[in-house]
Amino acid sequence: MALDQLVDNPDAPLEITDGNIDAAITKYPFMVVDCWAPWCGPCRMLGPIVDNLARTQQGAIVFGKLNVDDNRDTASRYGIRSIPNLLIFKDGQKVGDIIGAMPEDKLLTKINTFK
Amino acid sequence: MDSRVYDIIIIGGGPAGLTAGIYAARANMRTLLLESAFQPSLITITNEVENYPGFPEGITGPELVERLAEQARRFGLEIEQADVTSLTRGPGQDTPNWRVSAGQDDYETLAVIVATGADHARLGVPGEEEFGGRGVSYCATCDGPFFRDSELVVVGGGDTAVQEALFLTKFARKVTLVHRRDRLRAAGVLKDRAQVNPKIAFAWNAVVEEIQGTTAVTGVRLKDVSTGQIRQLACEGVFVFTGYVPHTELLQGLARMDTQGYLIVDDHMQTSVPGIFACGDCTRKLLRQVVTACGDGATAAFAAGLYVDGLKGQSYDSPNNNISE
Repeated sequence: MALDQLVDNPDAPLEITDGNIDAAITKYPFMVVDCWAPWCGPCRMLGPIVDNLARTQQGAIVFGKLNVDDNRDTASRYGIRSIPNLLIFKDGQKVGDIIGAMPEDKLLTKINTFK
Repeated sequence: MDSRVYDIIIIGGGPAGLTAGIYAARANMRTLLLESAFQPSLITITNEVENYPGFPEGITGPELVERLAEQARRFGLEIEQADVTSLTRGPGQDTPNWRVSAGQDDYETLAVIVATGADHARLGVPGEEEFGGRGVSYCATCDGPFFRDSELVVVGGGDTAVQEALFLTKFARKVTLVHRRDRLRAAGVLKDRAQVNPKIAFAWNAVVEEIQGTTAVTGVRLKDVSTGQIRQLACEGVFVFTGYVPHTELLQGLARMDTQGYLIVDDHMQTSVPGIFACGDCTRKLLRQVVTACGDGATAAFAAGLYVDGLKGQSYDSPNNNISE
């Protein structure tokens, strides 16, 4: 259940699109965008983990979800070759990515190495 | 009895585990299925299953698994997401119970069905790990759409390699199938389709020696295994389908395996350890397909049910009863 507005201090992932990604990564100093698609099995496993992290990490990390089928510009702009793919943005710049599904604790540890 | 003690715990949420779940739950066994939270069944990354009986129009892997899960839940199967970290006898050495641990959570059960499946084998060449997710892939369904109008390499010559190569031609400009032999192992119909597909080229008697690139894959170095000749092949993606490795680390030192790590089971799908059954791709068998996984799963559940009834002294007609009385 993604939020469709760039609200302050969200407790759920934001719906990110080709149209709002620049505004989002500028607004939030540390943002993780989960690039996914409905036909991707591992993405379906990662989805609930991202939902949960958005809630537990509220105030520390802002999460977004971007459907690569509907937002091909972003996928090609960041050279995505595999999903699930978590793009990590710091102060509007891409600082890294995390590819593939993994357990929640491992994912959070990896994300935090980019902080 | 403790409320957390199950009759049967199934480890693995692919076709083998879910079919075992359908049979066990329907037989009124108190059954829990634990599925990995991050390692999906290989079938969920398979685009099209066209040889599963009863689906003449074919069915996608994720949809088939979804249907199996729905059917199992209908009979009361509990399904939880948990990555099992250990399997030990417990609480004491003398009990028939098994303790299944998944992180902080412990479960107790009288019988275990291991349906942990297998993963795609790695090539083990330089560049493979470095470019994982940056051109190197083991999942055409997941990653194929990112290679529109690209040139790709598919490694392997079996059913999976050929089927996935065919799928990738939907997106790619050209797919070169690299195979260490001089002909495909794949079944007739797939082989025929690949051979007439104008987008598919073949590199026979060849192995990938290195995957090269900068920030993403730009090519592979191929070696001809008959002449030793080396050549370069430019590509943007390398899809690897060269075989499988079983997920059986959990049973290491506990149950008998073959040299590749596949669990050895008898015709009751029982491993070398009484009370631990196994089914599907993680077992030693000739044919690893959804239909055989389902068949194994049904047998494992039935046999585990007999075993549990025997332990509870409720068996209808078990050899154990005859001996003990």
